[in-house]
Amino acid sequence: MNSGLSPHGFRAPYDTSRRGFLITMIGAGVMLGYARSGLAAVESLTKETKAPLSPNELFEPTIWYGIDTNGVVTVNILRAEMGQHVGTALARIVADELEADWSKVKIVIVDSDPKWGLMITGGSWSVWQSFSVLSRSGAAGRIALIEEGAKLLGVSPKACTARKGAVHAGERSILYGDIVARGDLRRGYTNEELEKIPIKTRADRRFIGRDTAHSLDIPSKVNGSGRYGLDAAIDGMIYARPKIPPTRYDSKVIAIDDSAARCIPGYIKSLALDDPSGTNPGWVMVYADTFTAANQATDFVKVKWESGPSANVSERNLQQRAAELIADPKGGALLVDDPGVDAAFASAKRKIERTYTTATAMHFALEPINALAFEKNGVFEIHTGNQWQSAILPILAKALGRSQDKIVMRSYLLGGAFGRRLDGDYAVGAALAAKAVGRPVKMVCTRADDMRFDCPRSATTQVVRLAWGDDNRIAAMDHHAAAGWPTATIAPYFQGKDAKGNLYDPFAIQGADHWYTVGLQRVRALNNELADRTFRPGYLRSVSAGWTNWAVESFMDEVAHAAGIDSVKFRLSLLDATGRNAGLAPNSIGGAHRQAAVLSRCAQKAGWGSAMPKDVGLGIASTFGQERGMPTWVACAARVRVNRTNGYVTVEKMNIVIDCGTVIHPDSAEAQVEGAALWGLSLALHEGTEFVNGQPKDTNLDSYRVLRMGDVPEIDVEFLSSIETPVGLGEPAVTPIAPAISNAIFAATGARVRHLPIRPQAVLQALARES
Amino acid sequence: MTTFDLNGRTVSARSPDDTPLLWVIRDELGLTGTKFGCGIGFCGACTVHVEGRATRSCITPVGAVAGARVTTIEGLDPQGKHPLQTAWLELQVPQCGYCQSGQIMQAATLLKDFPNPTDQDINAVMAGSVCRCMTYVRIRKAIKLAAAKMQGGAHE
Repeated sequence: MNSGLSPHGFRAPYDTSRRGFLITMIGAGVMLGYARSGLAAVESLTKETKAPLSPNELFEPTIWYGIDTNGVVTVNILRAEMGQHVGTALARIVADELEADWSKVKIVIVDSDPKWGLMITGGSWSVWQSFSVLSRSGAAGRIALIEEGAKLLGVSPKACTARKGAVHAGERSILYGDIVARGDLRRGYTNEELEKIPIKTRADRRFIGRDTAHSLDIPSKVNGSGRYGLDAAIDGMIYARPKIPPTRYDSKVIAIDDSAARCIPGYIKSLALDDPSGTNPGWVMVYADTFTAANQATDFVKVKWESGPSANVSERNLQQRAAELIADPKGGALLVDDPGVDAAFASAKRKIERTYTTATAMHFALEPINALAFEKNGVFEIHTGNQWQSAILPILAKALGRSQDKIVMRSYLLGGAFGRRLDGDYAVGAALAAKAVGRPVKMVCTRADDMRFDCPRSATTQVVRLAWGDDNRIAAMDHHAAAGWPTATIAPYFQGKDAKGNLYDPFAIQGADHWYTVGLQRVRALNNELADRTFRPGYLRSVSAGWTNWAVESFMDEVAHAAGIDSVKFRLSLLDATGRNAGLAPNSIGGAHRQAAVLSRCAQKAGWGSAMPKDVGLGIASTFGQERGMPTWVACAARVRVNRTNGYVTVEKMNIVIDCGTVIHPDSAEAQVEGAALWGLSLALHEGTEFVNGQPKDTNLDSYRVLRMGDVPEIDVEFLSSIETPVGLGEPAVTPIAPAISNAIFAATGARVRHLPIRPQAVLQALARES
Repeated sequence: MTTFDLNGRTVSARSPDDTPLLWVIRDELGLTGTKFGCGIGFCGACTVHVEGRATRSCITPVGAVAGARVTTIEGLDPQGKHPLQTAWLELQVPQCGYCQSGQIMQAATLLKDFPNPTDQDINAVMAGSVCRCMTYVRIRKAIKLAAAKMQGGAHE
């Protein structure tokens, strides 16, 4: 049922079937990667190519990595560095098979270029997408180096081994750099041949699964030298701050009055931007010599807008619309649609139905959105941190009225992203600002601008039902989810299609298609189009799995309680790995049994079933991370203390057990799980806002509460040992946290909360209902 | 024109007196290790030392530091090897890294006031420093590691 979840080659950025994998000599080094026949290789580099493989093939030399005559291995990273140390993880995969000397491994985060194929950093896909091809390209390099090293040493390749950047034969050895300088490493492989190259087993690995090398990006992050988008600068640039219109869409500028701003020294002017792409209608840009002047002037510039219809939309309207959509049996798309669900409910011996909601939640990446834009030598350059260059480049082309090959996005470190920078709408504003004045412009948003212009996680409403048939057997389960659909706005061509051809956003439903065996099943995704018109719904860390699991795992707890069965035993009985839940090699091999394994281990570690002090409860939840196609199995047991007087919930401890297949970098992996779990905690108890008249109510930390040092509970993270395919890790640990906490509140007090974030007032109301 | 000491060198800023120190340091004087997060002093990303005290530079007018000693992440240690920085490396604290200059600068004054900080001390003093990647667990460990190093060795 997930065939539609990888649309448009989402996970196959390179058409490897049609390109030869080549090792070729260029300049003073060797490059390993794919060639593309007759197409646009970078000229300056191809000129240096000593011997193109054939007259008709120009080598694209920089796809994966290169080795120079000093033995320095430079790995090209197509992914955004936003805290996940992805460059290091990918370089470790290459280095392991290549038998590289880690002290000579470098990473380069590349700028946008069509030769890279799809550039996206999201979905916790990076390692999963790259593991096989990077492993094999590393192995191909090692084999070639051994062959050439053997020749230079005058021995048989069989007498040689590769280790730490050198080829060894008995007592003698030759460094990779020397082989590159003196040997002829040119090779070509068909994709089939490449796939046949064996990769290492666990025992032979030197980096993967071991903490043998620190992250390459970290040193620049402790001494202030790391360059983020905010740090981008060019001579002659001026600054700009936008005036954000009253509604995300359909706002029209009627008049600009900058008379009060003219007294600000350094103020230049204010312009209404014309945006042919329709991305940011109604923007007014305020220009000045310095950011401070632009910032102050923006507050003084008065703009009269005609606002769009969403000026009347508030949070309750969004939730009301979601409820209407769910109440109508027509509409939406059916991810799972077993025949007979309605009949099973009609003939049920017993039924349960619950509604779960979540509030609008903001990204609040600590670096407010910004971008530097200018035209140079006929190319428009946009300097900014971004997660999805491939999605925004066509939009930029439309906005600027030029072809994509005349636009480049230069990459920087991202000061947090969490999905915010998947939507490159801010780059459009900066580019238009620069175009309008014909000089370099650095656009910097204040925090309030950033929040008002965020693409938040939509408010969501879910209704979940379950029917018991004869003998207390579960007969059917029915899950309806309504939310704004990020993909419908940002990249409509990435939407999935259900069996009847109805479009849906996989990233607004995944998670509801769980691995429990529940008889007949229906999962329906509904687009809250009122949300889509009011703001640009965004992807927020763990995306839909961050809220669909809130419903699934709260509901499982409620159902177990209603059936009078221990909630761990109840879940385990449904995680039987039969039918659609059996799993498929390689990514989901083992199926629901792997979810059962993390759940059992987590329950055991947390002391499930042991007596708790008064008003303290243990709650548990488990999920499959983000998508059925690449499940990361994760469980959380949360121990919470509830203050019955004021409703305050304190999370005392979180036990997390996770199975992500092969772990590339254990220490870094643990950091990702800690960070994701604490995001889950922040979203569970603290983070949420509401739309009021078309705008988010909270625009800064004076009222938007985020997790801080003193809120952090004790955390225990365990990775289940695995040699299976590495899947995703940056986000999955968000997903079980909120339901585990809610279930713990229930265990502690008998009070059930069904809205995120869980505010003390809601706990008090639930307690009052209970008593 | 405001003259002050920045990381041991005397500097004069042309920006008007009411310009936040943050933007003077970053845009006029070119030290970009100090970051902009919330602009209202609630996140700590812009933390520098003024006369050795942790100060939110985004809400400090440059005129207010006339004649004062200002230290940024770039000047915390001449070699970038303050015990906090080495502890941060050893425990691989940063994720996106954007807040970490501010975290380290805040922690440096924490350790001056509480050379052997308890968890409560850390919670109280670091409460104003937001990390959106949620590296809090490692920040806490690294502060304790640096404290142990500083108590064991000689470092100011």
